[in-house]
Amino acid sequence: MLHNLSIGELGRSLTAGQISSVELTRHFLGRIERLNPALNAVITLTAEQALAEAAAADRRRAAGEQAPLLGIPLIHKDIFCTDGVRTSCGSRMLDNFIAPYDATVVTRLKTAGAVMLGKANMDEFAMGSSNETSFYGPVKNPWDLSKVPGGSSGGSAAAAAARLAVFTTGTDTGGSIRQPAALTGVTGVKPTYGRVSRFGMIAFASSLDQAGVLARSAADAAVVLQAMAGFDPQDSTSIDTPVPDYPAALDQPLAGLKIGLLREFFEGLEARNAALIHDALKIYRSLGAQTVDVSLPHLPLSVPTYYVVAPAECSSNLSRFDGVRFGYRCKQPRDLLDLYKRSRGEGFGAEVKRRIMTGTYVLSAGYFDAYYLKAQKVRRLITDDFRAAFEQADLLIGPTTPTPAFAIGAKIDDPITMYLNDIYTIGANLAGLPGLSLPCGFVDGLPMGLQLIGPHFSESKLLNAAHRFQTATDWHQRSPRGYEQ
Amino acid sequence: MSDWEVVIGLEIHAQLATKSKIFSGSATAYGAPPNTQANLVDLAYPGVLPVLNAEAVRMAVKFGLSIGAEVARRSVFARKNYFYPDLPKGYQISQYELPVVKQGKLQILVDDGAVKTVGITRAHLEEDAGKSLHEGLGAASGIDLNRAGTPLLEIVSEPDMRSAKEAVAYMKKIHTLVRYLEICDGNMQEGSFRCDANVSVRPRGREKFGTRAEIKNLNSFRFVEKAIHYEVARQIELLESGGSVLQETRLYDSDKDETRSMRSKEEANDYRYFPDPDLLPVQIDESFISAVRATLPELPDDKAARFARDFNLSAYDAGVLSASRELGAYFESVVGAMHASHGGPGMATQGLREAGTAERNELSPAHAKLAANWVMGELSSALNRDNLDIAASRVSPLQLSGLLARIVDQTISGKIAKEVFETMWSEGKPADAIIEASGLKQITDAGAIEGVIDAVIAANPKQLADYRAGKDKLFGFFVGQVMKATGGKANPAQLNELLQAKLKGK
Repeated sequence: MLHNLSIGELGRSLTAGQISSVELTRHFLGRIERLNPALNAVITLTAEQALAEAAAADRRRAAGEQAPLLGIPLIHKDIFCTDGVRTSCGSRMLDNFIAPYDATVVTRLKTAGAVMLGKANMDEFAMGSSNETSFYGPVKNPWDLSKVPGGSSGGSAAAAAARLAVFTTGTDTGGSIRQPAALTGVTGVKPTYGRVSRFGMIAFASSLDQAGVLARSAADAAVVLQAMAGFDPQDSTSIDTPVPDYPAALDQPLAGLKIGLLREFFEGLEARNAALIHDALKIYRSLGAQTVDVSLPHLPLSVPTYYVVAPAECSSNLSRFDGVRFGYRCKQPRDLLDLYKRSRGEGFGAEVKRRIMTGTYVLSAGYFDAYYLKAQKVRRLITDDFRAAFEQADLLIGPTTPTPAFAIGAKIDDPITMYLNDIYTIGANLAGLPGLSLPCGFVDGLPMGLQLIGPHFSESKLLNAAHRFQTATDWHQRSPRGYEQ
Repeated sequence: MSDWEVVIGLEIHAQLATKSKIFSGSATAYGAPPNTQANLVDLAYPGVLPVLNAEAVRMAVKFGLSIGAEVARRSVFARKNYFYPDLPKGYQISQYELPVVKQGKLQILVDDGAVKTVGITRAHLEEDAGKSLHEGLGAASGIDLNRAGTPLLEIVSEPDMRSAKEAVAYMKKIHTLVRYLEICDGNMQEGSFRCDANVSVRPRGREKFGTRAEIKNLNSFRFVEKAIHYEVARQIELLESGGSVLQETRLYDSDKDETRSMRSKEEANDYRYFPDPDLLPVQIDESFISAVRATLPELPDDKAARFARDFNLSAYDAGVLSASRELGAYFESVVGAMHASHGGPGMATQGLREAGTAERNELSPAHAKLAANWVMGELSSALNRDNLDIAASRVSPLQLSGLLARIVDQTISGKIAKEVFETMWSEGKPADAIIEASGLKQITDAGAIEGVIDAVIAANPKQLADYRAGKDKLFGFFVGQVMKATGGKANPAQLNELLQAKLKGK
């Protein structure tokens, strides 16, 4: 079936003329029409535009062009601005917002010839770990419709797992690519902070946000990241360092690779989950890698640190949503203050408001030093811990999440428990490190993720290690029941 | 009220003369239709990011070097958070804890001619906000974001000024400086240069400062002076009647000439400053600083000192002539042209001097003084009268030097020269042509003057007799008669000499 083929296989079929991009696009549009109503993964469909882009891709290919993503259908997380297409960020605030420009990520993938099918559901303004905070309703996990797909890139993850597109884009501020990738059995890559441009990506926490990819394999993710990565003069925090050839490095042998086992990641991890990680380690050893124990002593502080830094930045980033120039505006404002209060009060959901209030509090006079500054100091300690760990190991390894997907509604009323779901992923964001989650088995029929974290700009090594694992296993090829055909 | 001492500090906002905004590529030109110079970044659309304009940093460094300040090797942009419709992001990007320029100083001339040093605490980069428009829109208010994101340099002084006059002198000095550096057009009507004044009073002799009020947005030197006068009087009256000054922000109403409370300290916003995570710290290295240093022009104080030294001008004259680069250049061009055409023996002859060069000028001080008087006198009043900049002067430096040359060589008197200047100003002709055409040339032919004297004496026998009998005062009568007869063109010195001789019957 077309939807189970890799990017490489599709490229060969397209070049050979066995299929056209228009056919491929129709195929996926058909799947979205058929499968999305139960999943709620896609909230905006751009069928007409997709078919036009596909036709253009077919013409480019007919003219001899052979770019790897030419004519390959994707779905963008609805956090990326897409010119002329609603960009809601999962919020009522932007339900009426048609972006007037393309995000750099969108432009780059467009230039590479990828075809946008639509926009994926997400937690409101990327704030959430279950995709239950979306104004458009929760996304269902294709492995079990009563379970969450994770968040905030829950729509992107569910869409990739259900094969509604060849790949999807996501963003990761505290685990928002890796955690849903783990809970839906796909491969998710969060690159180094600064590797992919943030321009046109609606900001949640600017110092942590990073765009990435969710795909069905590390090999596919490598091709997509190749197109996404690179310096962007429009983003002052993007870093001007050459992008290596990711696909070319995929098959490098792992002999001699030192993998650090993160001690803190196994404390309190349920035995069945821990067993999957240890199985994965056996495979890595069989591939020639060595394992060493490493420790990140300050890692237990990462969740409280994150929940100071991220809300502080978000409280300021979301000030522009004031009902004045775009987005939601309350009806019949009495005066300016009323316009602000009701537009924001009615336009934002509960979780977003909670974080804006938390962030406003930690930045307030008298509290700034005790919270924001203290958190920045701890953030530095965590970064130093990682630096020390990378003196002992080339890559770090551990679970992506403490548990598999949980039931919709199980944690939504308990923010602290919900926040703890990101305990293994937040560290990489605080330190700006690249991280990758790949499927490593099942617990109770639900996928679990193995997480790899590397030093800055080690995406090539992460993808290589993930790809070698995927050549030795088939977890990533499993399809949720009902989505194979 | 001599027992109160006034304490003033100024925060001057100088709009930097960059072509584009500080964090976006929009143009900064003034006066465009509303919102035509506001792009998605200025409108704070979802997803957009700021990118720092390097030119703004260069200009700030230039300013720092010109006041002998420390240029921070690392400075940081922070967010100042508050909601207002003309602030699209809901925060202003501004340097807070780590400004680009720290600890400079500036000298001003105070009343008694003494020099006073005013400390400059810091100068930092920030973006301007937009404007709210309330007129012609019915019940609605409009927002014009053309100005949003325009780069500002906020220059914060120490509370070193002790009178409104000192405050104005300081503000004028900064005004001169930023225009010298070509980092700000100084246009106060368009708001390119404006200030907030922190004003307090304390009993003379007490060390502790009184509670201050901040008067916002003063956009003329006159308003600064008047607002401070009003505020000082208000505070003294308040304190003398047993009240106390509130720490608050006040607004100056120029129509009523009074300051009014805007908001008190209690109502002040908590701006929740924190480093802007969208921008990297600004790193400035030694080579950047030396490159900027190499672009510094001769500074106003240096130019004034050079004028005083080389041209033997008073400190006041030198100060006036160096108040703008253009005026200084004009003056030097006049002097240079005079030098070129009148370089006598022992004088180097040279062409027009390059404006702003620091070469020693060997022109005779008398000629420089003449040029200075004319530039500050006739020329300045003509410019003022027609509301023109020096750059738009109807009389060029070369033309003016041509006129002054005729005074020096005694072709015309200073009095006639003023008439010639007016004709030059209105008709744009060179001095010589006007002198020739209107027969204004001074009579220096002794025979001709003697002829007139003889005629005058012959026509006034009684006055001659009285003079010879000892009424010396009648000498002036004879001078007047001769001048009348020659249309004022007789060379005064010659006339004096010849008349004396004739009256004594020699």
